[in-house]
Amino acid sequence: MRENASHRPEAVEWFLDSTLESVDSAEELAMGMAQRAGMDEDDLMKIGMAIRESVVNAVVHGNRYNAHKKVRFAVASDGQQFTIRIGDEGEGFDFSSIPDPLAPENLLRTSGRGIFLIRSFMDDFQMRRLESGGTEVTLVKNLVSK
Amino acid sequence: MSVKLTTRQVGDVTVIDVAGRITLGEGSSVLRDAMRDLVSKGQKKILLNLGEVSYIDSSGIGELVSGFTTVTNSGGALKLLNLNKRVKDLLQITKLYTVFDVHEDEAGAIRSFA
Repeated sequence: MRENASHRPEAVEWFLDSTLESVDSAEELAMGMAQRAGMDEDDLMKIGMAIRESVVNAVVHGNRYNAHKKVRFAVASDGQQFTIRIGDEGEGFDFSSIPDPLAPENLLRTSGRGIFLIRSFMDDFQMRRLESGGTEVTLVKNLVSK
Repeated sequence: MSVKLTTRQVGDVTVIDVAGRITLGEGSSVLRDAMRDLVSKGQKKILLNLGEVSYIDSSGIGELVSGFTTVTNSGGALKLLNLNKRVKDLLQITKLYTVFDVHEDEAGAIRSFA
C-alpha cells in the first residue's frame, strides 16, 4: 500500500552532463523524491532501475558521451503520479528496431533488455522524437493504490 | 561501492564471490574481464556466487549472458549461486532463469559440475 496523504507536490528539472556519473545523480535525486512521495521499497527499486536504464540510453546511445550535449532530466510528483522525463540531444532512435529480448533466438543477446525492463517496471512508458532532433522518454508510476 | 570479486578454488571448480553492483561501467567490465581471464587459462568450471550482489542492471545481465556464452563455447559450464530476490526476479522476467543453472547450496552446486 502506498501512502500519499501527507504528500506535497514537487517538480525539478536538471540538465545533466553526458557521463555515467549523471546516471547515479539522476537516480539519487529521483529516489529522494519518490521516497517523499510515499513509494514503497519495491516501487523504489523499479523506479530506480527504470531511471538508470533511461539515462544510460540518453548518455550512451543518444548523446554518445558528447561533452557538448546535455541530458534533460525532469521529475514531477503531484500526489497522483510520479512522472520522469528524460530527453537527449542525439540524432533520434528507432525503438521499434530493438529485437524482442524474450524471443528464444534473442535470449542470449548481451544487450537490448533496457527498454523491456523499463516497460516492465513502470505503469506507463512513452517515447517521442523531439523537434530539436533528440529523443524524450516519459516514465510514469501511479502513486494512488489501485 | 562498485563491484568486488574474490576468486577461490574448490576442487576443480573456480568460485567467484561477487559483491556490490554489477552495472554499466566498471562493475560489468570487471566481471567480464575476470571470466574471460579464467577461460583463457583453461578454467572451464565456473560458479558465480551472486549472494552479495546488491544491484544489477541490463548491462550486468548482459555480462552474465556473455560469460555464460564464453564459458559454454569453450566447452565449460558457468553456473549461478545464491541469487537474491531482485536478481532472481530480473532473470525470471527476462526469461534467463531457465537458461542458467541456478543453485542455492554451494556444496550441491560444486557437485553438479562433476
